[in-house]
Amino acid sequence: MNVIRLALCVAALVLALPAQAGSIDYDSSEITFVSRQMNVPVEGRFRSFTAEIDFHLADLARSKARIEVGLASVDTGSDEADTEVKRRNWFNVLAFPAAQFVSTGVKQVGPARYEARGELSIKGITREITAPFTVTNGANFTVFEGGFTLYRLQFKIGEGVWSETDTVANEVQVRFRITQTGGVN
Amino acid sequence: MNNRYTAVAIALHWLIALAILCNFALGLYMADLPISPAKLRLYSYHKWIGVTIFLLVLIRIAWRLTHPAPTLPASIPAWQRIAAGASHTGLYLLTLAVPLAGWLFSSASGFQTVYLGLMPIPDLVDKDRAAADALKAAHWYLNLTMAAVVALHVAAALKHHFHDRDDVLARMLPLIRPKGKT
Repeated sequence: MNVIRLALCVAALVLALPAQAGSIDYDSSEITFVSRQMNVPVEGRFRSFTAEIDFHLADLARSKARIEVGLASVDTGSDEADTEVKRRNWFNVLAFPAAQFVSTGVKQVGPARYEARGELSIKGITREITAPFTVTNGANFTVFEGGFTLYRLQFKIGEGVWSETDTVANEVQVRFRITQTGGVN
Repeated sequence: MNNRYTAVAIALHWLIALAILCNFALGLYMADLPISPAKLRLYSYHKWIGVTIFLLVLIRIAWRLTHPAPTLPASIPAWQRIAAGASHTGLYLLTLAVPLAGWLFSSASGFQTVYLGLMPIPDLVDKDRAAADALKAAHWYLNLTMAAVVALHVAAALKHHFHDRDDVLARMLPLIRPKGKT
C-alpha cells in the first residue's frame, strides 16, 4: 500500500517536471555589476546565484521570477576588495548571506522589451525596483537580459567610512543575462 | 648665457624632480595601507601624478631636442662625459618607463586610469592576473633602478658643486648665477 502510494508520488513528480519552466543554463548566465571608484568604472560579478523564471509571452500577468544571489560569491576584481565587501560594513555575508529578488509584476514596454517590478532584499532591507529587460526567444533557449541601477546606500552597502560617495559612487549598475533552456510562448 | 640651461628647462627639471619625489613616497606609503576610501583616493592621486610626470617628461624631451644643453666644462674627462650622458639618457627613459609600467599594471589589475577623474585613458592590456603580477614587479624594479640613478645623479651634481667647484650644478639651479668658470 505504502509502496503504491510512493510510486504514485514519484510518478506525479516526474509528470510534473516537464510542465515546469525550462531549467537555467548557468554556464551562459551571469549577474555582473559596475561600480565607480573615483569615477573609474570597475566591473564585478557574482559567481553563485539561482534563478527561477516562469515567463509567458502571451500571459505576462502569470509571469514571475525569483532570483537569489550568494553574496559571498562576489568577485569585485581584486582580492583585497573581495575580502572587504564581505565584511560588516558592506554585505555582512555572515548575517545576510543572500540577496533576493522576487517579481511582483511584468509589463511590456516595447517590441521584445519588458519591465519587471519586484522586491529586492539585501541586508534585511527590502525595496521595490524596476528592471527593464529584453527577451531573445531562440529555438531551444530563451535569454533574458537587462539591468537596473542599485543605490547601494539604500541597502546600507558600504557603511561607516564607506558611506561617503566621493570615492565609491552610490549608483551601481547591475546587469543580468539569464539563459533558460527551451523557448517561451 | 650658453653655460646655463634655459629657464624652461630648469623649471621642468625641478618640477618633474619634485613630482617624482612626492609620487615615489606616496607609492611606498599607500601600497601597505588597509583598504579604505582614503587608500582608493591616494591610488587615484598617485596615478594622476604619474600621468602628469609622463606628459611633462615628453614636453621636456621635446624641449631638450630643440634647445641643446649647455656644454660641459672642458676640465671634465671623457669617461665622465660618457657617464653623464648615459645617466641622463637613462633618467629620461626611466621617467617614461616607470609611469608606463604603472599604467599597464593598473589596466592588467582591472582598474582603468581616469586622469583627474575626467579623462579615461584606454586600457592597452586586458585584465590578467599573471600580467598584473609581472607589471607590478616591473613598476617596482624600474622604480628601484630610477632611485639608484637619481642617487648617482645627485651625488655627481654635489661632487661638481662642492668638490670640483664648477658650474655644472649652478647651470641647472634657479636664482643662482653661474660663476662663469668653465
